[in-house]
Amino acid sequence: MTAVEATATVPKGDPGLLLQVEGVDKSFPGVKALEGMRFDLRHGEVLGLVGENGAGKSTLMKLLTGIYTKETGDFHLDGEPLTASTPKEAQEVGVSIIHQELNLVPHLTVAENIWLGREPVSGGFFTKPGEQVRRTRELLDRLGMHIDAKAVVSTLSVAQQQMVEIAKALSFESTKVRIMDEPTAALNDAEVAQLHELIRRFVTPQTGVVYISHRMAELKRIADRITVIRDGHYIDTMNMADVSIEDVIAKMVGRAINTGARPENVRSDRPIVLQVSGLSTRALLKDVSFELRRGEVLGFAGLMGAGRTEVARAVVGADPITAGDIVLNGNRVTISSPAQAAARGIGYLSEDRKGLGLMLGQPVSHNIVISSLSSQFSRVGFLRDGAIKEASESSKELLNIKTPSVNQLVKYLSGGNQQKAIIARWLVKDCDILIFDEPTRGIDVGAKEEIYQLLNKLAEQGKSIIMISSELPEILRMSHRIVVMADGRVKGVLTAAEADQESIMRLATHRDDAITPEHTEEAEH
Amino acid sequence: MSTQTTSPEVAPVKKAGAWRARLDQLMALIGLLVIFIVFSIADPQVFPTYSTITRILFSTVVVGVLALGATLVIITGGIDLSVGTGMTLCAVMGATFIVNWHLPIWLGILMTIVFGGLIGLVNGANVAILGLPPFIATLAMMMVAQGLALVVSHAAPIYFDTTAHASFMGLSTGSIIPGSNFPNAVLVLLVAAVIAHVLLNKTLLGRYDISIGSNEEATKLSGINTRKWTMIIYAVAGLFTGLGGIMISARLGSAQPATGSGYELQAIAAVVIGGTSLSGGKGTIVGTIIGALIISVINNGLQILSMPQEWQNVILGLVILVVVFIDQLRTRRAATN
Repeated sequence: MTAVEATATVPKGDPGLLLQVEGVDKSFPGVKALEGMRFDLRHGEVLGLVGENGAGKSTLMKLLTGIYTKETGDFHLDGEPLTASTPKEAQEVGVSIIHQELNLVPHLTVAENIWLGREPVSGGFFTKPGEQVRRTRELLDRLGMHIDAKAVVSTLSVAQQQMVEIAKALSFESTKVRIMDEPTAALNDAEVAQLHELIRRFVTPQTGVVYISHRMAELKRIADRITVIRDGHYIDTMNMADVSIEDVIAKMVGRAINTGARPENVRSDRPIVLQVSGLSTRALLKDVSFELRRGEVLGFAGLMGAGRTEVARAVVGADPITAGDIVLNGNRVTISSPAQAAARGIGYLSEDRKGLGLMLGQPVSHNIVISSLSSQFSRVGFLRDGAIKEASESSKELLNIKTPSVNQLVKYLSGGNQQKAIIARWLVKDCDILIFDEPTRGIDVGAKEEIYQLLNKLAEQGKSIIMISSELPEILRMSHRIVVMADGRVKGVLTAAEADQESIMRLATHRDDAITPEHTEEAEH
Repeated sequence: MSTQTTSPEVAPVKKAGAWRARLDQLMALIGLLVIFIVFSIADPQVFPTYSTITRILFSTVVVGVLALGATLVIITGGIDLSVGTGMTLCAVMGATFIVNWHLPIWLGILMTIVFGGLIGLVNGANVAILGLPPFIATLAMMMVAQGLALVVSHAAPIYFDTTAHASFMGLSTGSIIPGSNFPNAVLVLLVAAVIAHVLLNKTLLGRYDISIGSNEEATKLSGINTRKWTMIIYAVAGLFTGLGGIMISARLGSAQPATGSGYELQAIAAVVIGGTSLSGGKGTIVGTIIGALIISVINNGLQILSMPQEWQNVILGLVILVVVFIDQLRTRRAATN
């Protein structure tokens, strides 16, 4: 049935389909990542693929290139079944991908990176570095990239590294389908234009490009058609010439959930507890200013890489800042380490729960009391085991942490309960300002609801909360005000009444054209 | 994977976890007993006697004391290669204080231990402030200490006076237990081990030690000054190096500036055999003492069986391989369950 539909959408006289994806399902423990996913790529076209963070774009691409294994569904390449079980196999049959994250070996040269795993050799063993460099120069010349073939990759700017990644992908001559996952995240406008030029040159009547991007203006310029996916489902495919950016955004976010639920008691009359102005860092942030009121939930929305986590880390002193003032309860303060932030009552809950939040191999109790050991649970350096146990037990009760005992190692808890343990850590510390970075990432629906209620309760009790989230419904439901970021800057602050998914996405996908030259220099560090 | 465990499954996991932790400790002890029994069967006349056991305990002291400090450092996820030659430098300093400068013995001992702490503090600063990898920072210190020991002593042993410094040497070979010849050195090790155990389990230092080793970044983001605590932990480990210097010169009646290297590896071996994880976050003092005893039993046992020194090292090396391999096997099995 899907096949019939798919052919029906192809107008007469078009070439057959280059890549056809039908009925693909994929789930991860507790999450259905893709359900009945489909799309098709025609010969000689650039297909834009869009969806919110977590819509399933990356999962889909990883299935195509053999990084994940699909559960059901079919891939066809030029009508032939496509079954690649490793990225290498995918490359051999003609599907290659340029990942969002850079996949270069930093200590090798440009040439070594491009030919890694396919080095020209003599006698099956000895490498031929001269030949390799010569081929690299040819390639880079052909692509019009001004990059030294012998330069060590770690010495290049992020933008240049991205170009090397693109050159590497283009060096596979037999490739029919190129997938580009956010290829322009690190590029300035001139480089974007150069990349688009390359893409147009690459697209022949035999090949095609899947271009994944959040940047609507770019898609408008480069894509022939655009496919929208949402929550792991196929939504629609449109001709780029016929649609407006607003239409596309509406399809991306227009889910049938209740977006009407909004926070109550909008807190504009409360005193300001934290005022940040002109915050900048070397790497990303530019002149970030916002204020947080007592009892307020301040949402931070934006796409990946917009700089939201960086703001949190800069505020708690985990990363150095180059400029900016932080005023806490009316006093200007300098916070140069998380220890100082904690001492001033600011707690940060990282988005990377396992990597930066938990001491996985330690008991729940350790993870709860760690921040308050010196202030509350020790006497002249000796631990007060009884007090530790008592505080852990009462946190367990208060937050309903499901664990047989507070002596249980925290790694055996579910994601939601791990998150509660970290929240408990900052509640025991009695922080007044809590920065939650993706508080419900990887947490099942029930536990999510509990976390929302907990945040509401904390705000009611007068805690001030910054909530960074990539899930717009979550942001809309929880936040009294919403700061929208893009490219390391604050693009706008919306009140709960003004905000909806469209207005947030419009701000978040807006590209600032004025920042280009400066931006690349910064990226070199 | 493991975090996907739903709450009904949690209870058995926890039980198994606690049981396994106890088994881990027991395993090392059982290993020690098995090795002891094997040697006792091989030589029932000499091995299972009071004098042999005393000798084994006595020969555990120096490596044991060093291993206590090494345990604290290894739990942070670091390593300390400087404890062997650091101990020698401390021994030379101690002899200089007491023999050359004629300081009171108690003061000389105190200053030597503090000197060891300073060595550790420098290691800690290099790791925590300069951000050097612990391996490199302490490798450099190992060479510096080796050189300084020779410089300070003019490359000649410094001898204690058998009458004037009798009480110093009594610290090792004397016996405060009336009517016995049970060496004081073993009691010193026991007291040091109790102190290390209390430090690790009952104080902020121990808790931060484990936390840093378990996840340094998360500990830092929890508002702990991890740099400061890393320095303190290395410095405290250095105090044990200083004590090691006292114990070895008390035993020998002299400070021997050309010795010491190799002890660091024995100390690390004791820690690892005792079940402390080289990746940090996990370890016990009891395990380390058992590890040091295992090394001592093997060394003494092979000596009694007239095995040449070279072969003792070969066998010790193989024991370390087997023990760590079994440990990894267990961890891997635990991870897949």
